[in-house]
Amino acid sequence: MAASNNPLSAGNSAWTRVANSGDFRKLLASKKAFVLPATIFFVVYYFALPILVGYAPDLMQKKIIGPVNLAYLFALSQFAVVFIITYLYVRAARRFDEASTRILAEAGKITGKEN
Amino acid sequence: MNFTLVLFLAFIAITLGITAWASRRSGSSASYFAANRRISAWQNGVAVAGDYMSAASFLGIAGLIAFFGYDGFMYSVGFLVAYLTVLLVVAEPLRNIGKYTMADVLAYRLHPRPVRAMASLSTLVVSTIYMIAQMVGAGALVALLLKGSGINYQTAVIGVGVLMIVYVVFGGMIATTWVQIIKAILLMAGTVLLSTIVLAHYGFSLSQFFNDVAQVHYHTPDGKEVVKDFFTPGLRYKPPYGALDLLSLGMALIFGTAGLPHILVRFYTVPDARTARYSVVWAIGLIGCFYILTTFLGFGAATIVGRDFIAKNGGNNMSAPLLAQALGGSVFFAFICAIAFATILAVVAGLTISASTSFAHDVWTNIVRHGKEHDPGEERRVARISAFVVGAVAIGIAILLGPTANVAFLVGLAFAVAASANLPVILFSIFWKRFNTGGAVIGLASGLIGAVVLISLGPAIMAVDPPTVVGAARHLIQRPAVFPLENPGIISIPLGFLGAILGTLLTARDPEAEEKFTELEVRANTGLGSEKAVAH
Repeated sequence: MAASNNPLSAGNSAWTRVANSGDFRKLLASKKAFVLPATIFFVVYYFALPILVGYAPDLMQKKIIGPVNLAYLFALSQFAVVFIITYLYVRAARRFDEASTRILAEAGKITGKEN
Repeated sequence: MNFTLVLFLAFIAITLGITAWASRRSGSSASYFAANRRISAWQNGVAVAGDYMSAASFLGIAGLIAFFGYDGFMYSVGFLVAYLTVLLVVAEPLRNIGKYTMADVLAYRLHPRPVRAMASLSTLVVSTIYMIAQMVGAGALVALLLKGSGINYQTAVIGVGVLMIVYVVFGGMIATTWVQIIKAILLMAGTVLLSTIVLAHYGFSLSQFFNDVAQVHYHTPDGKEVVKDFFTPGLRYKPPYGALDLLSLGMALIFGTAGLPHILVRFYTVPDARTARYSVVWAIGLIGCFYILTTFLGFGAATIVGRDFIAKNGGNNMSAPLLAQALGGSVFFAFICAIAFATILAVVAGLTISASTSFAHDVWTNIVRHGKEHDPGEERRVARISAFVVGAVAIGIAILLGPTANVAFLVGLAFAVAASANLPVILFSIFWKRFNTGGAVIGLASGLIGAVVLISLGPAIMAVDPPTVVGAARHLIQRPAVFPLENPGIISIPLGFLGAILGTLLTARDPEAEEKFTELEVRANTGLGSEKAVAH
């Protein structure tokens, strides 16, 4: 297959039509509604670890389960957070996929080309 | 014959077989650079994990935990959390926008030549310094593992270098991908096995294991016996700057991974953005399990083998192999050593292909040739030659530096440059309409220069060594460090972002780039117009 499989040449108003379509705007908004809070959450949660470990060492050295301290449990919880956010994102992204399939079908109609 | 050597040779034979098979399938640019974009989600996920879990992870983190406990485990956490940045922000848009390299994303709507020149420079810097760190480590490790078999440091470095060149030059991305997959499977198998044996040693009682971790015995350099709770933070990152350094390290890890060229190019090998997403999920699963298990590798080495013994038998990088020897005897030791060897080989191959692809695609085809091959296959030919050159240069520098060279900081530097130079401009290209060529060039330059200068002024390069430290192990500049942190990220990452923002705002608006943003947004989010997989 040729490298230039771009169905819409640059500057074609069809790009703009897709970009301005309600479905596409909705897709961008719903992506942002997931990705932005999720990113802020994991960044804040992650940096809480080195900050608390560095600046609240007494709290972090508190033994919670037998010899295991809060610092280690907090570190382990980071793994859980990664797995949970990954799961939630994959679930949300299925909706994004459906929306973009619909948008591509529309774009195919606009340009008269199946994509 | 040395059993480790037998396993090494078996791995080499299998991977060379794959390379021969792949070389017959690398007849087009899409196959050579992007494995025809037909790698499946699980295959690419395993390969991403393989590319990522370097000797610095397997040997380095196990060693850091064995020697410093909790502080070493902080690396494990950062290395994994980093993948959320890749998953949520970078992987899918990158797959939809680009073709072969990171620079493709920037060049899509900015002036391609200056942007590609800077992005390629940054790619080459990151890949080369990462590779030199791996090569020096590999040489020292192989020489140590095969002690008595007549293989010294030089031979080992040349051997590793020649193999990586062969994989990349003849097998391209297809061979490199399968080398990563085999290596990642071996590494996971070895890690699970070793962790299970550690647990078995404690009668499968976590509480007994953790009790031992809370009281690790070892001797300080002046011969005093101490008992430390290895769950306690701060054994490595000490006051006054330890806390800040740990924070700075964390920033470089979680923002740097999404800017590592050899990880990014992996997402061009899959058919579409959806597969790219699922391959990150596979990678997160594998990498997550691996880094959780570093608990057993690292703390296990601390409690079962002991810091004193490891220090006398090769140093902290030998913690995992020595743990295997203590628990499973010489056969298991040989197995773990062979895995470490496979790990290094696969990672240097991944680095070589990303560096040579960037040179061929960004510098040669798009800057020198203005975006057109003069004759078919030129781009691949240039890539093969540059893989050869990159490999030869890395071999040369690694031999020049020698096995005792102080190179551990190079991996940290690679992450710092990736986070400070690459990530800001990737993000702004995808998400900021106003972003322009000036912003990209200045952002890349300020991140790159900031990271390199701060590392050069920091304790990795500047320190006063006692006279007992000789040769390449000595610090380059024998003066107290100007910049107190080992990790420059906390300054250089904001510097990279600031450079990109100011560079954009202080140069003229680029109406063409802003107009093309609409197109990029559609393409990034729907895959419309993106590079397709090659049909059979």
